[in-house]
Amino acid sequence: MRAVCWNGKNDVRVETVPDPQILNPRDAILKITLTAICGSDLHLYNGFIPTMKQGDILGHEFMGEVVEVGSGVNNLKIGDRVVVPFAIACGHCFFCEQQLWSLCDNSNPNAILAEKAYGYSPAGLFGYSHLTGGYAGGQAQYVRVPYADVGHVKIPDGIPDEKVLFLSDIFPTGYMAAENCDIKPGDTVAVWGCGPVAQFAIQSAWMLGAGRVIAIDRIPERLLLAETWGRAEVIDYEQVDSVVDTLKEMTGGRGPDACIDAVGLEAHGTTLDAFYDRAKQSVRMETDRPHALRQAIQACRKGGTLSIPGVYGGLIDKVPFGAAFNKGLTFKMGQTHMHRYLRPLLERVLNGEIDLSRVITHQLTLDDAPWAYETFKDKQDSCIKVVMNPHANGNGYHRGNGHHRGNGAESHEDTV
Amino acid sequence: MREAATLESHQSTGFSEEVPHNPLLAGRLAAVVGGAALVAFAARDRSWRSLGLALAGAPLVYRGATGHWPMGQARGERLAEHEPSILETSVTVNRPRREVYEFWHKLENLPRFMRHLESVEERGDGISHWVAKSPLGLHAEWDAEIVEDIEGEILSWRSLPGSQVHNAGSVLFEDAPGGRGTVVRVTMEVSPAGPAGKGLGRTLGKVLRPVTSRQVHEDLRRFKSLIEAGEIPTTKGQPAGKRSAINPHNPF
Repeated sequence: MRAVCWNGKNDVRVETVPDPQILNPRDAILKITLTAICGSDLHLYNGFIPTMKQGDILGHEFMGEVVEVGSGVNNLKIGDRVVVPFAIACGHCFFCEQQLWSLCDNSNPNAILAEKAYGYSPAGLFGYSHLTGGYAGGQAQYVRVPYADVGHVKIPDGIPDEKVLFLSDIFPTGYMAAENCDIKPGDTVAVWGCGPVAQFAIQSAWMLGAGRVIAIDRIPERLLLAETWGRAEVIDYEQVDSVVDTLKEMTGGRGPDACIDAVGLEAHGTTLDAFYDRAKQSVRMETDRPHALRQAIQACRKGGTLSIPGVYGGLIDKVPFGAAFNKGLTFKMGQTHMHRYLRPLLERVLNGEIDLSRVITHQLTLDDAPWAYETFKDKQDSCIKVVMNPHANGNGYHRGNGHHRGNGAESHEDTV
Repeated sequence: MREAATLESHQSTGFSEEVPHNPLLAGRLAAVVGGAALVAFAARDRSWRSLGLALAGAPLVYRGATGHWPMGQARGERLAEHEPSILETSVTVNRPRREVYEFWHKLENLPRFMRHLESVEERGDGISHWVAKSPLGLHAEWDAEIVEDIEGEILSWRSLPGSQVHNAGSVLFEDAPGGRGTVVRVTMEVSPAGPAGKGLGRTLGKVLRPVTSRQVHEDLRRFKSLIEAGEIPTTKGQPAGKRSAINPHNPF
């Protein structure tokens, strides 16, 4: 089959690799019908996540059709159409039973490595380094799904892939980010970043009763999407002296009730601390650039909540922990506990409460992956979200903004 | 600076090159069993072939008995070859106590999660026959007996008198607080008796360390996964693109 393989920093290649096989009784094999590049894949592309190996198959947002099931899977059959959550969970350990699916005790075959780094091992993830299992990912024509009996949601016919694919990660991730804000009716929620996860966090904040949503970014098309589709007030951080002061003014001196860091370890910024992070990270003296996190801590109101869906991998410097402590902030974070959101959020999609395809700007083939990674990384061509059909030969699929297929992409054009 | 240095020391462990230096103690069970068997086998059959076995086995035993490999441990120079060593470890399994006990009590299950064991065969009257595999593809065998067995609570065994390996252990099963499964506590007493276990192990241990320690450490996790999830997680056999021997691009 064809698959997108990591070959080092800024180097992904579409290679021919063996087809996946059933390795354990609870496995299933999917023929992938649609797959996506996630913002967190860029952390791998940029070389900031340790324990990647040349040849690793990338991709953790995918859906497809079941083509083979293991002897231990009794609730899937060949031909079923499913979305698979990016976090791999056994469904039977203490953590899975507590609904803490991304902290599954059993799904990481490299748990020892993760214990070394983090004390205890989180769940295995598709296509996301050997620290979280080294599982082959889904930017490929086929994928093996471990614990497939618990790791899927069936999709009914009649709704296109583009409208359900993001149940695999970014909609639940945005939703959990909003849920972690513990939103009370009327709360003001500030969101750092206007990428796809942030867009879904904004949508979810409204669903959960927010009174006001403020979004912070610098990329015009992303701010515009947050403003139009997301009905958020927006701050272009390159156009203001201080994001913290701006938020303070906007909230009448009180500050946002909850802050979401949907940026993570590769934050950009224009202030002194952002350059400090850049310098330290470039010589590997700091693994993560927590610029957005610092701002969010500083901006959050007293007794407020900080929700962190943005990915962090290692150590961060100069975090204003005194501010966090003395304001009595609550921190909630972590990889998304995917399995608890799959069905409830599918219901919201099927009810027409949200059109997940609105964030798609590029519909491509797998062979376009190297171009897509580069374009997405550099935020060129108004790129917000790339999806790829791994079995398409290019006919009807076009790269570039303004050549989209499907309702979602068209309606997005209206906003750009 | 300090944080960065700490991180580097964590991450310099790499993916496949090195191993944690303080793994779960329970993983030593397999080390002791497998390693002692190799040493004993070697002592019985003094040949060039057995030298390899002894070399392979001794560091395992030492590792299992002390929790450390026999090198790079200045404070650990009192080797296990001279006196029995006690090790203790535990894991919490999210299953009822009776079920966990029964899984362990069926000794044939042990090779399913202890990768150094090839088979354990129960021969009645509490006697069992153990076959270990070595990294060299050779085998070692010995007999053990059950010395204490309280259903759902404790299981103890030791190698039969006359064995060239002294190997005794017990497993306690307790209810975890709040009905959260079963705490499994393993205690092992080991004093490898084979003369080949001395000295030689230090040398070969250096060579064997990267692979073996990692495998040993994983065994108790495998036990837990097998009971809880019904299978042991793996990626062995999955596809990948072209791999190079070294990884020049990975900054870590």
